[in-house]
Amino acid sequence: MSVLVYTESEEGKLKKAALEVASYAKAVASQMGTTVTAVTFNVSDASELGNYGVDKVLNITNTSEFNAKIYADALKQAAEKEDAKVVIVSSSADSKYLAPLLAVGLNAGYASNVIEAPVSTSPFSVKRTAFTNKAFNFTEINTDVKVVGVSSNSFGLVENSGSATVEDFSPSLITSNTKVQSVDKATDKVSIADADIVVSGGRGLKGPENWGMIEELAEVLGAATACSKPVSDLGWRPHSEHVGQTGKPVASNLYIAIGISGAIQHLAGVNASKVKVVINTDPEAPFFKAADYGVVGDAFEVVPQLIEKLKEFKAQNA
Amino acid sequence: MKILVCISHVPDTTSKVNFTEGDTKFDTNGVQFVINPNDEFGLTRAMWFKEKQGASVDVVNIGGTETEPTLRKALAIGADSAIRVNTDATDGFAVAKQLAKVVQDGGYDLVIAGRESIDYNGGMVPGMLAALTDANFVNNCIGLEVDGSNATATREIDGGKETISTSLPLIIGGQKGLVEESDLRIPNMRGIMMARKKPLNVLEPVDASAETSAVKFEKPAPKGAVKLVSPDNIDELVSLLHNEAKVI
Ligand SMILES: Cc1cc2nc3c(=O)[nH]c(=O)nc-3n(C[C@H](O)[C@H](O)[C@H](O)COP(=O)(O)OP(=O)(O)OC[C@H]3O[C@@H](n4cnc5c(N)ncnc54)[C@H](O)[C@@H]3O)c2cc1C
Ligand SMILES: Nc1ncnc2c1ncn2[C@@H]1O[C@H](COP(=O)(O)O)[C@@H](O)[C@H]1O
Repeated sequence: MSVLVYTESEEGKLKKAALEVASYAKAVASQMGTTVTAVTFNVSDASELGNYGVDKVLNITNTSEFNAKIYADALKQAAEKEDAKVVIVSSSADSKYLAPLLAVGLNAGYASNVIEAPVSTSPFSVKRTAFTNKAFNFTEINTDVKVVGVSSNSFGLVENSGSATVEDFSPSLITSNTKVQSVDKATDKVSIADADIVVSGGRGLKGPENWGMIEELAEVLGAATACSKPVSDLGWRPHSEHVGQTGKPVASNLYIAIGISGAIQHLAGVNASKVKVVINTDPEAPFFKAADYGVVGDAFEVVPQLIEKLKEFKAQNA
Repeated sequence: MKILVCISHVPDTTSKVNFTEGDTKFDTNGVQFVINPNDEFGLTRAMWFKEKQGASVDVVNIGGTETEPTLRKALAIGADSAIRVNTDATDGFAVAKQLAKVVQDGGYDLVIAGRESIDYNGGMVPGMLAALTDANFVNNCIGLEVDGSNATATREIDGGKETISTSLPLIIGGQKGLVEESDLRIPNMRGIMMARKKPLNVLEPVDASAETSAVKFEKPAPKGAVKLVSPDNIDELVSLLHNEAKVI
């Protein structure tokens, strides 16, 4: 018996989220008194996972690009081989795509958006976010095998001095009727899902022509850019940047909201971020109630200054 | 083409979230329920297929009688008929098993569900339904075209999007992008009148146990007061973020 974890990679390199779910899997395995087996697909060097508590890696090399159905079935075979009772995935778009397929394959109950190590393992109870971060919910998974989806940036990376053995694993491959034709991905940009820091702009910025300073601020911070719903509805920014209850959830370490009023639907999507900074001309803007740090001021004056000060700070701390 | 749109009945996005019965139940007192926003985008896309490609569109909800006004709203927007499976939606897996029966009996070519419900945020029903019915599946779907039995879908991925070619029978987990916000329809008087005459069939559930149970809820701890920094002293903000918050 072991805890199985799906550790994602991109172009042969482990993603940061992979190290977080590995850390989480280690915590579960310690609670259950067992070991951690990670599954990777085409990773050139998976030994790093040992530093996050993984004992064994099954590296699958007989598949190519991501396909939810094929990957879910391969993970199912790995879980069966390892007699895994708990399977951990991340909250990336790919993990959320395959987790329900994997759960059905394993006849397992699935809890998504889990933010802490299990409250108990018997019954198996986890704390997850619900109502788009307006509440938490304790969920018990009652099946023999359990699938747990961990929210990004919730558990963090926990180093462990250990080492992992890496084995090749070749599951039998099923066929799939969904084929990727083309991918359109900004490779030079940080995605909201992976970002430690998110810089977000609202209608207070007046128009798309003013986003230069938002992008510059994001660049200085190595951050992803995001926006409020009206901004994407107006076509100032792409839909993929819309965050909130009906957009993307943000669980970054730092969220900087510029010219955003802080409507309940917007806050719901960003509440999970650890530290929130608000820049707004209106001291009564509701966002100040949800923020850690605030500047009551004009974005067009404050943001350029912030960029300057951050550049100075970086130069000093380089 | 026979289309089924899955409708989850959720609290309006402005709702205050409270719990009752020792924090074990969502407090519906004074809460208005709506079609899950992700499903509304899907329903509107289904209307496009109906009008442009002659598809038929049914809507379905797994839930008690309280969800019927939400289904009627979907009929008023233009769906042809509605199905309610008369059982409480206890967990995603159980809902997917109920839906699987409806999909198999109805012989649907395309099932449009939402990426997630905004109440429990499970994000699992469409994928589980696809696995149970052995249909093709595209999640986070932001664009969908159907030509005969072939389909082209666009999926949002982290940091971009990808185009997928697939075929019917197909299930999608949809979201904004399937149609634009401005394309969403508010039921008009005629639609509401017609909806009263459209069929809303109530089916009895199949046996399906819940694999998970939400045992308790908790609200986030109240937040401490915001620390204000003067716009003339942005140095201080940088230093707070570095030394106090430790995020840069
Ligand atoms: C069903 C539904 C779902 C929704 N889902 C979402 C969602 O997921 N995400 C979302 O974001 N919204 C959502 N909304 C919309 C939400 O209710 C708000 O309308 C929206 O968040 C407001 O966007 P905003 O803050 O950019 O604009 P506004 O409310 O117009 O606020 C602009 C702010 O900018 C400030 N400002 C103006 N000039 C300056 C300046 N020079 N410098 C600094 N500040 C300035 C103003 O004081 C104001 O606070 C939803 C609404 C509904 C009905
Ligand atoms: N009780 C339900 N009845 C019908 N469809 C549902 C129900 N619950 C969820 N769905 C569908 O599944 C999608 C994802 O829901 P969930 O997995 O609960 O986040 C929703 O957007 C709906 O399309």
